Amino acid sequence: MSMNAVGRPTRPEDVAETSVEFKSLTGGKGLLQYERLIFEKKDYTRTGVDFADIDIMPSDLGDLVRGDDLGLPGLAEPEAMRHYVRLSQKNHAIDLALYPLGSCTMKHNPRLNEKMARLEGIGDIHPLQPASTVQGALELMDTLAHWLKTLTGMPAVALSPKAGAHGELCGLLAIKAAHEAKGQGHRRTVLVPSSAHGTNPATAAFVGYSVREIAQTADGRVDLADLKSKITDDVAAIMLTNPNTCGLFERDIVDIAKLIHDAGAYFYCDGANFNAIVGRVRPGDLGVDAMHINLHKTFSTPHGGGGPGAGPVVLSEALAAYAPTPWVVSTGNGYALEEFGEEASAANFGRMCAFHGQMGMYVRALTYMLSHGSDGLRQVAEDAVLNANYIKASLQDIMSVPFPDGPCMHEALFDDKWLEGTQVTTLDFAKAMIDEGFHPMTMYFPLVVHGAMLIEPTETESKAELDRFIDTLRALAATALATKNNADEVARFKNAPHLAPTRRLDETKAARQPKLTYG
Amino acid sequence: MRYLPLNGADRAQMLATIGVKSVDDLFVDVPASARLTAPVNLPRYAGEMEVEAQIRAMAAKNLSPSRVPFFVGAGAYRHHVPSTVDHIIQRSEFLTSYTPYQPEIAQGTLQVLFEFQTQVARLTGMPVANASLYDGSTAAAEGVLMAQRITKRNKAVMSGGLHPHYTHTVETLAHAVGMETEALTPAVDAEAEVLKHIDKDTACVVVQTPNVFGTATDLTKIAAAAQAAGALLIVVVTEVMSLGLLKSPGEMGADIVAVEGQSIGVPLSFGGPYVGLFAAKEKYLRQMPGRLCGETVDADGERGFVLTLSTREQHIRRDKATSNICTNSGLCALAFSIHMSLLGQEGLKRVAKINYAKAHALKDQLAVIAGVDVLTPRFFNEFTVKLPKSAAEVVEALASKGILGGVPFTRLHKDEAFDNHLIIAVTETVSDTDMSAFVAALKEVL
Repeated sequence: MSMNAVGRPTRPEDVAETSVEFKSLTGGKGLLQYERLIFEKKDYTRTGVDFADIDIMPSDLGDLVRGDDLGLPGLAEPEAMRHYVRLSQKNHAIDLALYPLGSCTMKHNPRLNEKMARLEGIGDIHPLQPASTVQGALELMDTLAHWLKTLTGMPAVALSPKAGAHGELCGLLAIKAAHEAKGQGHRRTVLVPSSAHGTNPATAAFVGYSVREIAQTADGRVDLADLKSKITDDVAAIMLTNPNTCGLFERDIVDIAKLIHDAGAYFYCDGANFNAIVGRVRPGDLGVDAMHINLHKTFSTPHGGGGPGAGPVVLSEALAAYAPTPWVVSTGNGYALEEFGEEASAANFGRMCAFHGQMGMYVRALTYMLSHGSDGLRQVAEDAVLNANYIKASLQDIMSVPFPDGPCMHEALFDDKWLEGTQVTTLDFAKAMIDEGFHPMTMYFPLVVHGAMLIEPTETESKAELDRFIDTLRALAATALATKNNADEVARFKNAPHLAPTRRLDETKAARQPKLTYG
Repeated sequence: MRYLPLNGADRAQMLATIGVKSVDDLFVDVPASARLTAPVNLPRYAGEMEVEAQIRAMAAKNLSPSRVPFFVGAGAYRHHVPSTVDHIIQRSEFLTSYTPYQPEIAQGTLQVLFEFQTQVARLTGMPVANASLYDGSTAAAEGVLMAQRITKRNKAVMSGGLHPHYTHTVETLAHAVGMETEALTPAVDAEAEVLKHIDKDTACVVVQTPNVFGTATDLTKIAAAAQAAGALLIVVVTEVMSLGLLKSPGEMGADIVAVEGQSIGVPLSFGGPYVGLFAAKEKYLRQMPGRLCGETVDADGERGFVLTLSTREQHIRRDKATSNICTNSGLCALAFSIHMSLLGQEGLKRVAKINYAKAHALKDQLAVIAGVDVLTPRFFNEFTVKLPKSAAEVVEALASKGILGGVPFTRLHKDEAFDNHLIIAVTETVSDTDMSAFVAALKEVL
């Protein structure tokens, strides 16, 4: 054994291997700490914020005053720091490795955006300050609106929706208001392709529309013949994602728009995949009447573990008058906020939320747009599409592709045909990716493809990182196929992940015996 | 381009692997008529310094509340947020992660959501809470739709004390699903009025406390009367800090609670993003909208957390879902939860008392000014005064003196009867000097 100057061993020693799986005494895994719930610390007297305990008796409130025990524990600052840092280390993150969730667009989140959102005069201003004291904020909203309108080729935008699904709701409410204004209130059906995001039929049903599903062709697009047969005089709109959820551009999009318009209906485009075409295609040129833009996808505002998002909706001339309040107007002498919708348009369908929407996300998105510029945004779409096609080309000989002909757009779709004859499922394969340090791709969506695996790399991955991902998936795919001859290897997949902070979780138990709070 | 790692050599190699000549070949499915051949007419790529200068120039045109005496509230409040909160929410693992659909590598987010739900449940005095909605106003609207699902009745009655933006948001969503709404005339202290408007078709009454004028009301009797008539009581709270001092909605008998959580952990940010807290009685659990995090065990029997009861949600149920909501307000919920953990009940009670004391101190100073009528009978940190002249003009005049002096009620609801009503909020961030400056300036402009 080699020793250093104070006699400590500097190399691992050979000790007999233990066959028992190693478990720590604390329940943690080395640096990955076991962390209790804050409620299990049971400290209800401590606080990490310095406020004096003032001696007042709010006697005028009488028995409106609350009792002393709220059941809310407090942590000193160092305790809080440890608690949340320990928890954070159990999360995957885009800053850690590729996060190829198709349809979700997990791209790099520039930190300049974060810094700008926190500026004094942006992060700390109140929505109800007099307009004269927030001219810069209104200018920022107006500038964002200009960029969104120019990039989409649409004449109007409603900024306030707070997420993609909220934007869908906004778009459909504008469509509903437009039909009612024209005496077409009997139109109660929305056409939705079978590959659509779940939010599309959910939103349509939400506003009282019935959903009629449109079939898909063998090459993964809207079936025009089926569409024609389903356009009746009660159709209010079509909701179509483009590029669609199979990662393919709808070649017949202009014809689809014409069919819809000729029938007196409107074209709602789900803009979740706008990042594939930004700077190269303007939805306005395709005949779109309304489209939400997920600022957290195309324009890189952070996903934050599930929101907040932002879903501004661009609108065509036909729908612009029905946009919800409030909106920014340029008066020639500065900016004003129209809160009641009386001056410019009394036709507005209402209000989506209190105040004026997700300003914190507007700042981040505008910072991103100004950084890239019109040329950079075009490059964003090109690199996103290039990266996805590179993955498809590099994996399609070992994993099966349901729509092999022609290029894909920003995401590459695979199915589970290649796993036939093995016991490995799409879920198993995805969970095994976790052991290799990658987040799984989107699984079992779109529903139109069996065992779907939808991979969206985004434009912010380097070729080296893509190659590492491709090499890993090829090796993992080969291992999955080899299980046909070696049943022992099946456990590698069935029990995956082995190296994650937790093993596979019992979701059925969670749903059967819901426990949503501690204690 | 600093955010794009590919260079020309990479692109050329990748195109060769794909087997196409140029990137244009990847866009062949776009109809020729819709292909843009050059960048659109917007500014070109800019470096970090240039972009920062542009955004800073816009920020500089705003009057920052951090620099002036500040009394603006009416649904969004300026509070002290400990530095730790913003530091933690900017950690990569929280900031740049997605919805925790893969629980094995999202236990950080999931445990936070479980703790958040528990905090919200305890704060509101309700048995169950979800993982957050967009904000308080959309939470109120979702509550109304939930009441329709539960009661199979079709009308919502909204109190005259409900924030007018909330009333308008509820009307928009409720009308979209074919519900009727009845919004009562705004009044400083008229919560019980809702009871007169309940009929056999009333699904719920929506009552806010403290209400938009600041009035705090015990809703215990209203809850009992509404429930006796077969309607649910939805309690709205726009100032969550008040729950450190005032009786919780649960203690008063609420069926559903919708709260704007911004005051704890979330910056004002000109109106969003904020965080909607949503809680309900346990028997209504399966009718709740939005994401829910639940406890379970992993393959080794160790405790873990997952998103659960997703069969209510759009990605499973599609057109049969309880709501079309996909996202929550995850990072704001995290900020709320961190700030709440730092406060604990001790800190929360203390800061609530300070808010109460400061607001009442300012009220006492204003009440003695000739022509100023304090209208709010019982309040937490916000109250309404009737001025001898237009509140909007007074606020503008105060702003020109560098004081942000409250919200004219007509900013929220156009009605001449309220021209002189000014809503004034006082939080722990207001100093005695700020109050003196406000009182002196108000005397000058009246």
